[in-house]
Amino acid sequence: MQVEVRVKLKEQVLDPQGEAIRRVLAGLGYAEIGGVRVGKLMLLEVDGEAPEAVRSRVEAACREVLANPVIEEFEVRLP
Amino acid sequence: MSWDAPATLDLAREHGLSEDEYGRIVTELGRVPNLTELGIFAALWSEHCSYKSSRAYFKRFPTAGPRVVQGPGENAGVVDLGRGWVCVFKMESHNHPSFIEPYQGAATGVGGILRDVFTMGARPVMLLDSLRFGDLDAPRMRHLVDGVVRGIGDYGNCVGVPTVGGEVDVHPGYNGNILVNAMCVGVARADRIFYGRASGPGNRVVYLGSKTGRDGIHGATMASDVFDEAAAAKRPTVQVGDPFTEKLLIECCLELMESGVVVGIQDMGAAGLTSSAFEMASRAGCGLALDLSLVPARERGMTPYELMLSESQERMLLVATPDNVGAVLAICRRWGLDAVEIGSVVAEPEVVATFAGRPAFRLPVAPLVDDAPRYERPATPPVPAAAVTLPPLHDRDLAADLRALLASPVFASARPIWEQYDHSVGASTVVGPGGDAALQLVPGTRIGLAATTDGNAVACSLDPFHGAAHGVAEAVRNLACVGAEPVGVTDCLNFGSPENPAVMGQFVAAVDGLAEACRAFEVPVVSGNVSFYNETSGSAIPPTPTVGMVGVVPELRQRPRTRWQVGDTVYLLGPVEGELGGSRYLQVALGLEAGPVPPVEYEAQRHTAAAVRDLVRLGLAAAKDLSDGGLAVAAVEMSGGTVGCRLTLPAGVSPVRTLFGEWSGAFLLATPAAFEPALERACEGLALTRLGVAGGAKMTVVVGRKHVVEEPIADLAALREGSLAWLSEA
Repeated sequence: MQVEVRVKLKEQVLDPQGEAIRRVLAGLGYAEIGGVRVGKLMLLEVDGEAPEAVRSRVEAACREVLANPVIEEFEVRLP
Repeated sequence: MSWDAPATLDLAREHGLSEDEYGRIVTELGRVPNLTELGIFAALWSEHCSYKSSRAYFKRFPTAGPRVVQGPGENAGVVDLGRGWVCVFKMESHNHPSFIEPYQGAATGVGGILRDVFTMGARPVMLLDSLRFGDLDAPRMRHLVDGVVRGIGDYGNCVGVPTVGGEVDVHPGYNGNILVNAMCVGVARADRIFYGRASGPGNRVVYLGSKTGRDGIHGATMASDVFDEAAAAKRPTVQVGDPFTEKLLIECCLELMESGVVVGIQDMGAAGLTSSAFEMASRAGCGLALDLSLVPARERGMTPYELMLSESQERMLLVATPDNVGAVLAICRRWGLDAVEIGSVVAEPEVVATFAGRPAFRLPVAPLVDDAPRYERPATPPVPAAAVTLPPLHDRDLAADLRALLASPVFASARPIWEQYDHSVGASTVVGPGGDAALQLVPGTRIGLAATTDGNAVACSLDPFHGAAHGVAEAVRNLACVGAEPVGVTDCLNFGSPENPAVMGQFVAAVDGLAEACRAFEVPVVSGNVSFYNETSGSAIPPTPTVGMVGVVPELRQRPRTRWQVGDTVYLLGPVEGELGGSRYLQVALGLEAGPVPPVEYEAQRHTAAAVRDLVRLGLAAAKDLSDGGLAVAAVEMSGGTVGCRLTLPAGVSPVRTLFGEWSGAFLLATPAAFEPALERACEGLALTRLGVAGGAKMTVVVGRKHVVEEPIADLAALREGSLAWLSEA
C-alpha cells in the first residue's frame, strides 16, 4: 500500500527556509502571506496488509531515519 | 503558572538553584522574586554564565603583556598585531547541544563564536574547530561525526568565513560526550574596537536581528510541570541557526560600528536577552529600563519569562544615543534586519522591565553578575600516572608499529572533514587545513596571522598538569612551523562535574599547567570558556583543556613550505630521543595508557621555536614539529605521501624512542642543499642532527646497517586515509 509521511519542523523551531520564502513572497507583492513553514511529503510503497502493523513499522522508520525527532514531527497517513 | 507568580524553593530547585542560592536571592532582594526574576537568577547564576566553580582560578593565568589590548572579561580578547591592526579571538564549547542534535548544535556553536568576535568590531576571518569523538565504529558516533562536520561546514560556508584549521582526536572516553570547541579569529583597526557596555543614561537600547522564539528556554534544567506538558513537549531544546541572517548581521553590525552610531553592542548568546542586558549594564555601571512588549516575537502569547530566557540565534543588543537611533534603524532596515528600540539606559544600576503596561521585574545588576556566587569546590589533586614496566622494545618490528599507528583512528587524516569546509573564501588563506597552523594575510596588508588549536586527551588524562602544559608548547611549535610568533591564547576547558573533587582536581591542575606554560612562553591568555558537566552516567570525559593560539608574522614575504622536496637535506632540531610515557606509541602500538608525561623543557623549546620561526620566515627550511607519533609520523606528514626519504639514526640512540618518542619539542627541518650552511649557522648552539635526504618512493630508516623501516611512502600515507573515509562516502 502507499503510505504518506509528512515531516515538518516542530511548531516552535525556527524555519530559515520558510522565512526566506516569506520574504521573497512579500517582495513580489504577496504581502498578505504572513508566514511560511516548509516540510516534506514522502510517499512510501509498503508491503503489508494489516494497517496497524504497517503504521508501526513506518513510524519506527520515521523515528530512526525519515524525521529528526529532536526538531521535527511527523504524521503517517494510510490509505 | 503565570510568569509573575511568586517563586518557591521547589521552583528554585527545578531551575537548578540550591537552597543556599535561593536564600541568597531572597536576602539580596529583600523579598520573594517572581517566576521571571527567578528564571533570570537561575540563568545568570548557572555554571555556564557565572563560571561559579571556575572563576576563582582564572587569576592564575597570565593575562597582561605588551600586545594585550583587552584581556578576559569582554566578549573576546584583543591583541595588537602592529601597524594599527588588532586581532580579536575566542574559543567556545558547544558540547551538549552537539551531542543532542549534532548538525544544529555544531552550526549554532560556530554562529555564537562568530558573534562574540564581530560584536567587538572585528571582521571574522578564520574559524577553527577542535573536535573530540568516541569510538568511530559505533553507528551513533558516526552519525554525530557526520552531523557535526556538516553543521560546521554549512554554517561557515554560508556565512563566508573560511574554516582553516583545527584538530580531531578520538578516544573511548568521549563515547558518551563528544566535544565541539569552535574558535574564531577576527581583525580590526586598533581604533575601531567596540565593547559590550551600556553606558550613558538616557541612551537608547536597540534590539537587532532575528525574532525571539521559544527556543532553548532554560534547556534541560526547566522542569516540565512549570508550564503545561503539551507546551513542554513542543519546546525545542536545540536552536536552529540561520547563517544567512548571521551574514547580514555581520555586515550590518560592522557598518553600524564603522558609522560611529553605536555606543556599545553585545550578542545574545547563552541566556539571550538576560545575559546581554545584565552584562552590558554591569560593565558600564549603569542600568536599563526595558519594555518587553516591544521585543520582536516569533510566536503569539510569549511571556516576559520566555522573552528574557529564549536562546533564539542571530540576535544582538546595542546602545545608541537618542540622536543616532534613527540612523541605526535606517542601517538595519537597509540590511533587511528587524531592529526595534526597546528601552533606555538609566543611572541606577538595576534592570527594570515592563510588559503590557505593568511591571515585569526589577533586579539590581551587581548580585546577578559581579557578585554572583563563586565556589572554591573541594579538589583532590590528581596523581600523575607513573611509569610501568614496558615489554622489551629492542626487537620490535618498527615498520609494523608505524603502520599500526598510521592505521589507527587516532592518526586518521582529517581530510574527509576539512574537504567539506570552504577554507579559502575571502582569498586570504596562505596555509589552510592539513598543516600545523593556519596562516592568512590580514586583508590589504603583508601581516601574516596564524592560528592553531591543540590538546592531547591521553596525556591530560594521565597527567593534567603536564598534559595541559604540553598543549601550549605544541601550539607554540605549530605556529613556529609557519613562521609565526605567538601573541595570545584562548582556552576551552572541558571537564566532568565540578562537584566531583577528582574532576575539580584535574581542572585545577590543568589550569596551573596552562598558566605555567603560558608564563614560560610569555603568551597571555586573553579569552576562554569553561565547559563542565561533560559526563554521562557518572563517567566523566578525559580532562580536555583545548588551547587556541594566535600568532603573527610581521612581514609575510613567502608562503611557508610544509612538505619536503626531492633532494632536501633532512635535519632534526632538538633532542634526538623523546619519551614514551604518555605517548601515542604506548597507546596504539602497545595498548598502554601509561606515564610518566615529562615536564616541558621551556628554555630549550623557546630557543628551538625561535630558530625555526626565523628559518621559515627567511624561506630557508620547511619545518614540522614532532608531536603525536613522534619523528616517524612527522616524516610521513612531511612527505606529503609522495616524496620518500632515507634517514639514518645516530649511533647509540634507542630507535623506538627516537622514532616514536614524544615531548622533546623537536622539529624536522628540510632544506635544499644550497641552504645547508645558512641553516646550520642559524641553529648554532642548538642540538642539530643531520638525518638524511628526502627523495625516492620509500621511507627508509637505517639504524647501524639495518633498515628498520623500508616502506613505500604512498602506502604509509594511504593508511591514514582509511579511518574517516566513510565520511566522504556518506
